[in-house]
Amino acid sequence: MTDASLTGSSPSAGPQPQIKWGRVRQSRRVQDKILRVTATAATALSVFVLFWILGMLLWKGGQGISLDLFTKITPGPGTAGGGLLNAIVGSIVLTFLGIAIATPIGVMAGTYLAEYGRGSKLAEVVRFINDILLSAPSILIGLFVYVILVMPFRGYSGWAGSVALAIIALPVIVRTTEDMLRLVPNGLREAAAALGAPASVVIRQVCWRAAKAGIVTGILLALARIAGETAPLLFTALNNSFWFNWNLTGGISNLPVTIYAFASAPYDNWQQLAWAGALLITGAILILSIAARALINRK
Amino acid sequence: MSQMAVQEAPSAAAPKADAPVRIGVRNLDFYYGGFHALKDVSMNFGDREVTALIGPSGCGKSTLLRIFNRIYSLYPEQRATGEVMLDGRNILSPNIDINELRARIGMVFQKPTPFPMSIYDNCAFGMRLYEKLSKSELDDRVEQALRKAALWDEVKDKLKQSGMGLSGGQQQRMCIARTIAQQPDVILFDEPTSALDPISTGKIEELIEQLRADFTIVIVTHNMQQAARISQYTAFMYLGELIEFGPTTKIFMNPDQKRTLDYVTGRFG
Amino acid sequence: MVAISEQTYKNATAVTRRANPFRFDPLFAALSRAAAITVLVLLAGIMISMVYGGWDAFAKFGTGFFTGTQWDTMNDNYGGLPAIVGTLSTALIAMVIGVPLSMGTAIYLTQLAPGWFKGPVGTAVELLAAVPSIIYGMWGLFVFVPLFAAYFQVPVSQVVEGMPILGTILYARSPSGLGILSAGVILAFMIVPFIASLTRDMLDQIPTVLRESAYGIGCTTWEVVRHVLLPQAGVSIIGAIMLGLGRALGETMAVTFVIGNANRLSASIMDPGSTIASRIASEFNEALGMQMNALIALGCILFFVTFVVLVIARILVSRVKQY
Repeated sequence: MTDASLTGSSPSAGPQPQIKWGRVRQSRRVQDKILRVTATAATALSVFVLFWILGMLLWKGGQGISLDLFTKITPGPGTAGGGLLNAIVGSIVLTFLGIAIATPIGVMAGTYLAEYGRGSKLAEVVRFINDILLSAPSILIGLFVYVILVMPFRGYSGWAGSVALAIIALPVIVRTTEDMLRLVPNGLREAAAALGAPASVVIRQVCWRAAKAGIVTGILLALARIAGETAPLLFTALNNSFWFNWNLTGGISNLPVTIYAFASAPYDNWQQLAWAGALLITGAILILSIAARALINRK
Repeated sequence: MSQMAVQEAPSAAAPKADAPVRIGVRNLDFYYGGFHALKDVSMNFGDREVTALIGPSGCGKSTLLRIFNRIYSLYPEQRATGEVMLDGRNILSPNIDINELRARIGMVFQKPTPFPMSIYDNCAFGMRLYEKLSKSELDDRVEQALRKAALWDEVKDKLKQSGMGLSGGQQQRMCIARTIAQQPDVILFDEPTSALDPISTGKIEELIEQLRADFTIVIVTHNMQQAARISQYTAFMYLGELIEFGPTTKIFMNPDQKRTLDYVTGRFG
Repeated sequence: MVAISEQTYKNATAVTRRANPFRFDPLFAALSRAAAITVLVLLAGIMISMVYGGWDAFAKFGTGFFTGTQWDTMNDNYGGLPAIVGTLSTALIAMVIGVPLSMGTAIYLTQLAPGWFKGPVGTAVELLAAVPSIIYGMWGLFVFVPLFAAYFQVPVSQVVEGMPILGTILYARSPSGLGILSAGVILAFMIVPFIASLTRDMLDQIPTVLRESAYGIGCTTWEVVRHVLLPQAGVSIIGAIMLGLGRALGETMAVTFVIGNANRLSASIMDPGSTIASRIASEFNEALGMQMNALIALGCILFFVTFVVLVIARILVSRVKQY
């Protein structure tokens, strides 16, 4: 090109530089295609499994849904009919007791990490260990509670079961509380301190209030997490096929262990109940998870 | 004389003769970790006068302001040495009850900081901490504070609504109401209008002039015209040092220091 | 100016002040500190109780506990090797299957999914992660296992019968569908949503400018992923994978349903076996004396193995939300 003048001469003068389409090497295109196909397939498989599981639950569990499910207690071996009333009540009590124990400790610990512990060595260590506990195998927590609460007292109990669930819920609440409190802008803290409020007032009346939605979300997520836990209950609350013992000593009926016991048993009604129970638990957990998500998105 | 034409002549009321000293600063040094931010600052703040702290970014004016209510104590790596006398007591001494100090010296920040509660609760916050008041007394005090902050008419029907639902200018006035509700002796303003629109800015400047009758005011501003409009005394700071301090008219019309003159005529900063 | 004295001030502003309004402030601080320390106490407690409970078994069998293959309740002779091998092999299978799947899912979610689709699919993956393991166990036992036996174990066994290596590893003597491989597959499905959402969060944290500039010079999606995104988030992704591994090692209910709970060590992954967690889950409640000690000793081993994995993961992962 000799005459590249700025005056906009007509573009048809002289040979044009050719920009070829299709310059991309075929192999690059092929690799990209392979990625796209495999990634999409992987995702499709995961989603497919979700629907398969939910479908199975609805199909097999749905067959067992009846009024009896909520009004009769678990049947003995060979007894016909029955329901899951004691297991449902037991699970609700154990779960809420577990959350009741874990929440104050978890919120206070998260508060320490976010408010008092900035830059402190103790806080760093606690954060680290908390993250480890978050993923600790729940069966080991069950064993731990067995050693400290069941062996010395020579018996299973609802207290032991609740404590085991609390230990599983605790790290979730600690982590979410800390994360949510960190999101509270520092300006609010300074403004409250500037009015003469000491740390505990700043935290309680300003920080907690500002982070309320997030902290509640954390509690809901912890609830969803422990609602379906079986392993920690196996050696602590065990199970109880008779009525639910309100003083929480002895085996406490609960859904997960009941499902475990009934699922592979030779009795049809037991299997039916196991499926119905599985549907109930999964439904509860999904509702809690969706509620938590909605709460955090509304903010 | 042509240099003078660039500035605005100060329009604030003249300082009172023989005004008592409210805050006396002596040999104040301040450190952010290893960084020496304030160097040997000494000055007096007059009772019920508005004193403006001006200077380019990083000169230490906000740092100085934040010493008066010891808000810097929230951060462990920040420390101050020297004396700051409030009514006969050195507020930097460890014997001072910091929380009580902060109840007596209020601060309004650059960014409005409404608490996540109702307007009423926002204003009552400080009073609830430190005073025993009956419900009707509290109502009166809240109303008083909101009236003084020129916000009462706008919010009197929605006191129970969240403070976070107000506009920026209204939020800032609520923060001012919140601060004056505690009946402090001194109010510190840290660039209170830099985040606001001109109309809200005007309202707040009017407010500060009215507040002068009851409170000693120190205001940090990077807006020289604002300082000229509302303050009786002005302190010019540069790189952590107090360069010049005096009545506003003097600082803006015929300052002693060349650097002051350069700054107020817009030569730098 | 003239200085105001303190007395003048006090006379001027008399207000009804509360006496000592903040008595509880130090108490609150102390309580929050105590709560934080509880976390440390718990971990220490778990560790100590595992060692304490399993001590008798370690003392009696010594290193034989790690290498012994007998699990004899009659003669109180316990060796943990089958359980340990089972734990490691199921976890390995879960990783081999699960990591590519989760990476693919994460890449799809961040790069390939059309905007309106991203939300629902992302939510589906997260819901999958919330499904409790007992449900996976039931799905595994009642749905997966029969299909696996009929359509995988039987044909594969017929094919590899007599072959040198594959004939031992992949041969199912009694194709019930239960076994190490099945457990590994179920575990894989369990950890895929977990690793996928973590990885997705990490990829999302990469500044958009990096991604856009790569696309801007004409890179294909695969090239952007391989040369920009994965290296950038690489260390954290490995951390996410380690977290998945930690979960796979300790998983109980999903595995217990489908592993067959056999006490012996078998060369074939199609044969039933056991993991530490499934062994404890199925035997603990009836166990007495040395058997109980042996089971807790197994738990102790599991604790230390997962602890190491989780510590490594924690060091690698910049703090992405795991809940």
